[in-house]
Amino acid sequence: MLLLECPYCGVKAEETELSPGYEAHLKRFGPGSTDEEFEAYMFARKNPKGVHFERWRHSYGCGKWFLAARCTATLEVFGTYPAQVGEPPADIIEKIKARRPDWKGYK
Amino acid sequence: MKRYSVFAIAREALRHHTGWQRAWTSPAPKRDYDAIIVGAGGHGLATAYYLGKNHGIRNVAIIEKGWLGGGNTGRNTTIIRSNYLQDSSAAIYEKSRSLYETLSQDLNYNVMFSPRGVMMLAQTHHEVRGYQRTAHANALQGVQTEFITPQRVKELCPILNIDGPRYPVLGALWQARGGTGRHDAVAWGYARACSEMGMDIIQQCEVKGVRSENGKVTGVETTKGFIGCKKLGIVVAGHSGQVAEMAGFRLPVEAVALQALVSEPIKPCMDIVVMANTVHGYMSQSDKGEMVIGGGTDGFNNYTQRGSFHHIEETLRALIETFPIISRLKMLRQWGGIVDMTGDRSPIISKTPLGNCFINCGWGTGGFKAIPGSGWAMAELMAKGEPGPLAAEFDMWRFKEGRFIDESVAAGVAH
Repeated sequence: MLLLECPYCGVKAEETELSPGYEAHLKRFGPGSTDEEFEAYMFARKNPKGVHFERWRHSYGCGKWFLAARCTATLEVFGTYPAQVGEPPADIIEKIKARRPDWKGYK
Repeated sequence: MKRYSVFAIAREALRHHTGWQRAWTSPAPKRDYDAIIVGAGGHGLATAYYLGKNHGIRNVAIIEKGWLGGGNTGRNTTIIRSNYLQDSSAAIYEKSRSLYETLSQDLNYNVMFSPRGVMMLAQTHHEVRGYQRTAHANALQGVQTEFITPQRVKELCPILNIDGPRYPVLGALWQARGGTGRHDAVAWGYARACSEMGMDIIQQCEVKGVRSENGKVTGVETTKGFIGCKKLGIVVAGHSGQVAEMAGFRLPVEAVALQALVSEPIKPCMDIVVMANTVHGYMSQSDKGEMVIGGGTDGFNNYTQRGSFHHIEETLRALIETFPIISRLKMLRQWGGIVDMTGDRSPIISKTPLGNCFINCGWGTGGFKAIPGSGWAMAELMAKGEPGPLAAEFDMWRFKEGRFIDESVAAGVAH
């Protein structure tokens, strides 16, 4: 059972309250971009076995989208944060580095 | 290797079964091979088998991290069907289904193919139109399916509740020649046949890196040392992205968990496979009497081979509505597998940026049914370096060019 704390309403929400939204921090490409850029934006996910940044929606709560850092190999949650950021906040990165010293980083 | 036959059983019965041989050998890896297949699941073993049988390439190693058939090959709900909408999917799945018909004889190994019929219920008007369209498409593709009435549904599967309160059954897509098979036996049969051709199945050997020079693979680094090869085939559902990353390219694939479960064994009560895609669940009865049940994938990236409880609950809720008699059944076992999901829910059988490296992945939730056809097409690709007619449309560059083989709508969600 996955528990994620909604960063907006502070509720420790259980999975049935949430909707998953797959990879976070995607750079969006639209008209005028190359085929490669558009393909990468549409389909080429990082799909890591390990630290993953992803979107979740507190759909049966406040209804807002937020982001989470989670390990796909152990289901360990490193933290959640509001969606209005370009990349993961420093404190989340620090937490991950403490737990996963061999982590290659967000990029 | 001795052939399995009724005479062999009689002979062994008379001598206390002391004469059976090991079905496959467990050799140490050689220094190099003509071809290496990474992944000894159904698809990997089938690829090796058809490389040897159809193309005469027998200096082959199949490398497996765990034990053969221990991934999704041993975790699926064993459904075999080919009632797809798009021509390229129907072609490869129908090839696969037809190979299943004679697979036991071809491999001299009983894979227990049981063409009991697969029924996909239409429970909304949208689905009725969708399946009628599929039935017409199948007629043009030479795949035998028909759209049947609710009365015929009830005749074929009396335990089905056709006038449920939420979603009454309005008809069904019926493929009489679909069915089930024994999943482990498919892997074991191919493994035995590969071993008999002199191929090396190397288990407990994890690939740690792919070595390449000038855009060509020279071999793989493994936990049992470096093994050289002239051609490399990556057939590792669930971990395709990881191995592709070692080879230096990224795949349009995401890994998610798919769960299945079986009930306690009961007396025979249904002799077909039923899929209910609107309420989302599917069920058949195994030869042991267990009800074999599956549903949809979990919704997030996951490599743990276990899923979330509420997805099972959802599946069971759907099936109890469809089959009221199972409401008191106890469930015996539940498990999960990690499946590759591509953007268009169709597989990838493709060349890669490395000249002599080929990949077979992305079968999503429907890989078991495709094992023989997938192996056939992948072997052709590896042997000739170019895809044959079966694999031609399934290259990984279709996502860039927008040539999707869009089955996520056509097949509902269950695959």
